[in-house]
Amino acid sequence: VLVYLGEEIGLPAHRRVLKLLQLLQKEPPKWLRNLQPAYTSLMVTFDACRVDSAEVEAELRKYEARAKTVRGVKPRTVLIPVCYGGEFGPDLDAVAKIHGLKSYEVIAHHTSQSYHAYFLGFAPGFAYLGDVPEAIATPRLETPRKQVAKGSVGIAGRQTAVYPFATPGGWRLIGRTPMSMFQNDRKPMARISVGDEVRFRMISRQEFLELESG
Amino acid sequence: MTLLGGSFVFPSGAVVALTGADFAATLDGKSAVMWTPLTIPPEGKLVLGPTRNFARCYLAVAGGIQVKPFLGSASTHLLSGLGGYAGRALRKADVLRVGAPAKRIPVRTISRAVLLALMPRKVLRVTEGPQIDLFPEDQRREFFRSTFRVSETSDRSGLRLEGHGLASRGYGAMITEGAPLGAIQVTPSGQPIVLFVEQQTTGGYPKVANVIGADLHCLGQLRPRAEVRFECTSLAVAVSLWREQEKLLVSPRRLFA
Repeated sequence: VLVYLGEEIGLPAHRRVLKLLQLLQKEPPKWLRNLQPAYTSLMVTFDACRVDSAEVEAELRKYEARAKTVRGVKPRTVLIPVCYGGEFGPDLDAVAKIHGLKSYEVIAHHTSQSYHAYFLGFAPGFAYLGDVPEAIATPRLETPRKQVAKGSVGIAGRQTAVYPFATPGGWRLIGRTPMSMFQNDRKPMARISVGDEVRFRMISRQEFLELESG
Repeated sequence: MTLLGGSFVFPSGAVVALTGADFAATLDGKSAVMWTPLTIPPEGKLVLGPTRNFARCYLAVAGGIQVKPFLGSASTHLLSGLGGYAGRALRKADVLRVGAPAKRIPVRTISRAVLLALMPRKVLRVTEGPQIDLFPEDQRREFFRSTFRVSETSDRSGLRLEGHGLASRGYGAMITEGAPLGAIQVTPSGQPIVLFVEQQTTGGYPKVANVIGADLHCLGQLRPRAEVRFECTSLAVAVSLWREQEKLLVSPRRLFA
């Protein structure tokens, strides 16, 4: 079942998603199998052998009504070091050109604010962060790359994200972080959790190499 | 195993079972039976493939193949290199450890009636997707009339279909949301993609339909270039077919001949 809690990407709708998510995690119904939040919706997977979908819908409506009174958790802040441009950010100059900016101005915009982690998807630990300042919002590449380097930082429209693994990808790559975004021997495994506030910090190539080897 | 199969040597012997597609299996050169326990002598060699009918053959070993479970599963996630055996597909000369088998393994065979009932279907049953309204009426009709071909670029994350292109009116208007196994997304170029076992958990392309739970096992048996069609059914029918299948799979009285 998909529960829609808004029609526009933004914090108001996402706060409702987070509250319903929190309540369902705290008091999981016995038929619950999985929860997948997104910008304005929550996908609730249930065990169809244990319950009818009408019952699930009725129960979710009750949860939704109660979720309004849930106190939101104070977001954690995650700071991500990024080396911008060059071989690490092959699309930085193109992004700058599209907006008539200098490369350092794109970096200044990207590091100027904190981003809200809307949800994780695509690959393990891949967090969709927003909202990127309008001044540097750039559509995806026409043709996605077959391979994007692990740790690459990309922009797609008003979203930004870090690729936790070397995967195919169509986002515009402006930099790379030496920080590991997903580790299976850590708890939680993903560096960024839904609802976190994320900031990017510019580092030099030298610092990148030091952090990477350390 | 997918399409090609492989050769497996069991230095200390084992009890195994082969299910799924017919990969023309032989044990020490003699034809090996499927759907029933098969005793392999020490140093016995099982040779499988290529396939004679569908895409996947499953080799189950009594005692289990010992890998470190990841998130409670022994499966491999190829994209991230997590789980299973070293996070990757098996290669020549890999050595797999097998756990201690049960003391007594009953020799039973899956009945013909069950095999017929679970035979991979060419017409997959689907329910309407959440964005069905973004597709004009005539295109929806065309979707259910068309025969699609499984593209050779398909993988564990999605089965890409070739054939009748679909164009949704609302492309771009949709906000990325959760997407389940079996969801049929339509890309801007009109190509349908059925999300498969290593699927992304969210998607931003409109979903025209969803393969029903009871037919998901058929997705794993579709070979590249195989033809497939879709037939629309109601949620109520989908649920009752799923419950029926789950009951069948846990009923020894009905499963075995």
